[in-house]
Amino acid sequence: MADGESSVGYPSTGAFAIETRGLNLWYGDFQALFDVDLGVKKGIITSMIGPSGCGKTTVLRTCNRIIERLGYVRTTGSVYVLGHDIFGDDVEIVQVRKQVGMVFQRPNPLPISVRDNVLFGFRLHEARLRKVARAEEDEVLESALRQVLLWDAVKDRLDRPATGLSLEEQQKLCIARLLPVKPEVLLMDEPCSALDPAGTEAVEEMIWQLRGDYTILIVTHNMAQARRASDECVFMLLGRIVEHGRTEELFLAPEHTETADYIEGRYG
Amino acid sequence: MDRRDAAWYIDKVAQWVVFVGGISAIVFIVGIFVFITKEGLDFVLGPLNLGEFFTSIAWRPTSNNPTYGALALIVGTASVTGFAMLLSVPLSLGAALFIAEFATGKTREVLKVLVEMLAAIPSVVWGFVGMSIMHPLIMRIFDVPLGLGVLNAGLILGLMAAPIMTTIAEDALKAVPDTYREAAEALGATRWEVIFKVVIPASRNGLLAAVLLGVGRGFGETMAVLMASGHAINIPTSPFDSVRALTATIASELGDTVRGGDHWGSLFTLGILLFVVTFVINLTADIVVRGIRKK
Repeated sequence: MADGESSVGYPSTGAFAIETRGLNLWYGDFQALFDVDLGVKKGIITSMIGPSGCGKTTVLRTCNRIIERLGYVRTTGSVYVLGHDIFGDDVEIVQVRKQVGMVFQRPNPLPISVRDNVLFGFRLHEARLRKVARAEEDEVLESALRQVLLWDAVKDRLDRPATGLSLEEQQKLCIARLLPVKPEVLLMDEPCSALDPAGTEAVEEMIWQLRGDYTILIVTHNMAQARRASDECVFMLLGRIVEHGRTEELFLAPEHTETADYIEGRYG
Repeated sequence: MDRRDAAWYIDKVAQWVVFVGGISAIVFIVGIFVFITKEGLDFVLGPLNLGEFFTSIAWRPTSNNPTYGALALIVGTASVTGFAMLLSVPLSLGAALFIAEFATGKTREVLKVLVEMLAAIPSVVWGFVGMSIMHPLIMRIFDVPLGLGVLNAGLILGLMAAPIMTTIAEDALKAVPDTYREAAEALGATRWEVIFKVVIPASRNGLLAAVLLGVGRGFGETMAVLMASGHAINIPTSPFDSVRALTATIASELGDTVRGGDHWGSLFTLGILLFVVTFVINLTADIVVRGIRKK
């Protein structure tokens, strides 16, 4: 991975976990994305910043095609996840979502126990293939909760409803339930925006620990967060990518005036 | 300074009107219960033999030596209701699932309106359908001598109960937050997995309430059952046997009784039984629904 790259328009190589080419997206008649070319490198944390409505979340939600839930969305261009065109005919949406986990803005645990939440995806995917023993489930459960630094806090409450946890714990749980499925990419849509400062710090710290094992693409409104918790940073404005580079470079010496203006808080 | 101007009085009057309106439901339901009980009480405390009432099928209130065995009527009501539920529970839960989870836009709106219109069809019309359409149809299809019985009444009652069950079940499904569906889909669940593993478990109470209200509706329905069931006192052994329902018995016999007599009292005793059963069913449904809201 070349460190010096600092602009859009990457060539197509296998180095990217997510790669979009000429991605346009319309909500009905409204065009939300314009020719988005984005390359998200494997194994690092890439953050996306930009003012509200600039299309960050839209890009994120396109990467696992959850955007199609809306029904009135149309796209052109292509999105490659781990080398596969996710809009291709031979791609199974279930497999895409298995490889690409997603964390939402508001923690959204299912109204079932902590245990069932963590094992929900695991059971979904593994049960299609084989019978899973209880002991293996327990192992998977503990390992996932340990990875998100939640095991000690909830190990005595595994059979209680997940909706009874604090927001911070809920958000960690929502990340934990992705891990047993063994995704390669984690998409996070402002994962800390519903949390208080302490919760934000705890979740950020946890995300940083996942770095390396997973490719993480994180949308944030919080520039300080992007700055301290990401390797690369993408700045979007009005449905286009303005700048994409190493985080410290983008914040210290932005190439475009729009980026500089946004970072300095002149709008957004 | 006295502030009792016109607005103050209007306010007071409105308060009273709303209050009276609010408690009238309670007054009426208590009133109905008191009235039915009062009329039936003399009979319950006097000639009624509880053992005979619940175990004998001999309902001969007009005989010289009258007997009041309600077992056949109870079994009649239960069999027709049970049959109706066999039909309407899958039908209406399926319809509710389709409207809530699959149908979009125009289809959805049209279906919702149609289902609500179905609920407004008078029961005598359903009874007419049972007598004039289902009756000959059942005779022809199954080659039986009579098409009025458990099958006919059950089908008609099932179709009658389906709209209300569909509406309530759909409300329950719609009440499941969309974030649950989104979370499950993002984890790679297919549409059916989302429905069976997330939506239905989350709306379990509402769906149960819908079924219970359907049962209550079946129990209390009179005219359609009277017309489609054959109205013969009988313990059914096949779906084609005629039966008689509790409600239908009251409706058909009450006009011919001596007011205050034993026959009159016995019919009110049937009324008490019906009232208690439907009250318990509705109360259970209500408690179950409250269960969801608390969560």
